[in-house]
Amino acid sequence: MRPIDDAIEKEKVYSVSEITSCIKDAIESEFAQVWVIGEVSNCKVHSSGHTYFTLKDDGAQMRCVLFSGSARRLSVLPENGLKIYARGRVTVYEKQGQYELIVTTVLPTGKGELYIAFSKLKEKLAEEGLFDPERKQPLPKFPSRIAVVTSPTGAAVRDVIRAATKIHQGVELVVYPVRVQGEGARDEISQAVADLNSLGGFDVIILARGGGSIEDLWAFNEEIVARAVSDSEIPVVSAVGHEIDYTIADFVADARAPTPSAAPALVLIDYVDVKTRLRSLMQQARSEVFGLIERHGQFLTGLRSHYGLRRVSDRLTDRARDIDEMLVRAETSVVSMTDAEAARLSRLKGEFEALSPTATLERGYSICFHGDTKKIVKSYKDVDVGDSVSIKFSEGGVVSRVEKRGKELT
Amino acid sequence: MPKKKLSFEDAMKRIEEIVSDLERGELPLEKSLDRFEEAVKLARSCQQTLEAAQKRISKLVRTEEDSFTLEPLDEPSED
Repeated sequence: MRPIDDAIEKEKVYSVSEITSCIKDAIESEFAQVWVIGEVSNCKVHSSGHTYFTLKDDGAQMRCVLFSGSARRLSVLPENGLKIYARGRVTVYEKQGQYELIVTTVLPTGKGELYIAFSKLKEKLAEEGLFDPERKQPLPKFPSRIAVVTSPTGAAVRDVIRAATKIHQGVELVVYPVRVQGEGARDEISQAVADLNSLGGFDVIILARGGGSIEDLWAFNEEIVARAVSDSEIPVVSAVGHEIDYTIADFVADARAPTPSAAPALVLIDYVDVKTRLRSLMQQARSEVFGLIERHGQFLTGLRSHYGLRRVSDRLTDRARDIDEMLVRAETSVVSMTDAEAARLSRLKGEFEALSPTATLERGYSICFHGDTKKIVKSYKDVDVGDSVSIKFSEGGVVSRVEKRGKELT
Repeated sequence: MPKKKLSFEDAMKRIEEIVSDLERGELPLEKSLDRFEEAVKLARSCQQTLEAAQKRISKLVRTEEDSFTLEPLDEPSED
């Protein structure tokens, strides 16, 4: 047996297709999701919209393809000479025995390129009108439930909580935990905004992240985040980075807070002086009502002195009783009344009681009506000897006949 | 007077409305007292909202696709 036959006996022999298939499996499972940094060359956009290019560095080169569907979502596209980060999966094109990178994401390298991408997206979205003032939703005046999209472990969440509870203890804060930088951050942030909208029940959303480099803040410069913010029906406040850091999210959001700790003041501003406002409103209401009660009291007193008991009409009786009831009701409803006010109310109540004829009768007085005319007898001249009169006491009454009459008679 | 509980904002608006009605002084006594009583009730509920002592801070946790639950948030410690 020749040595070569011996080798073939012992080892497996692949067909080209078989070995290529094995290589394909090995490569594709090993490099299913990778970032590759390199310089773009031989860049061609096919009529189909797909972009073919080569990524190279000093030692090697690799074929890449960016399909039109992926290209549409990107703010930076490959250009000859541009150094990029390309993310994608490595695949093997078996017919030509070549491997290539199917690119899904392109990021420019270096700050210069990041700024270019930033300005390009800013320009694009501005043209679409996403930053237009008329698109901005007003922030709710008294939010009770605030969603905070941020990292649950960062300084930003702590700053937001501390600042919010300092202004208004009663506010409910719901943190939607996300990664705020690096791989997946943009998807998590945009998903969070979408989820909060479909869940509902939130008055406002705060996007929060502490300061950092442009790379650190990059997720907030991504188009997908900008679109999610723009699509949000819940008003969004962007609170990303330091005062000097502007992100695309800042421009699209309904309001921008310079830092995470400044965001609560922006959404809770109406709570700041509301206690004082409430107190002064209620004082005003009370003084109006007491003024009104007093004026009615004077009216009744006036009535009494003018007509006297001569014309204690049913109407007045009813009126006094009504007011009495109202006062009782008002009294029980005034929860935070001061002692002076309570005393005043009970004094007024006493005055009304004194006006009621029933109370007068209780003090021992009685009313005398003429037997025939049913008119109240106020003078000896109103009756003659022999006339019948009925006398009403506090309890019951009598009918009697006049025996004597006279000015001096008691 | 609406039965449904008003939002804080609407309650404040209603109180302001009542005060300006009372100020105008055109309402009869009974109506005025009704409004005043309404304002006092609203003010009481606003006060309760403002003085709710308990901090309510939680986080959303995804339980399964499109389903969430609220869990208490371990507040990051001061450092």
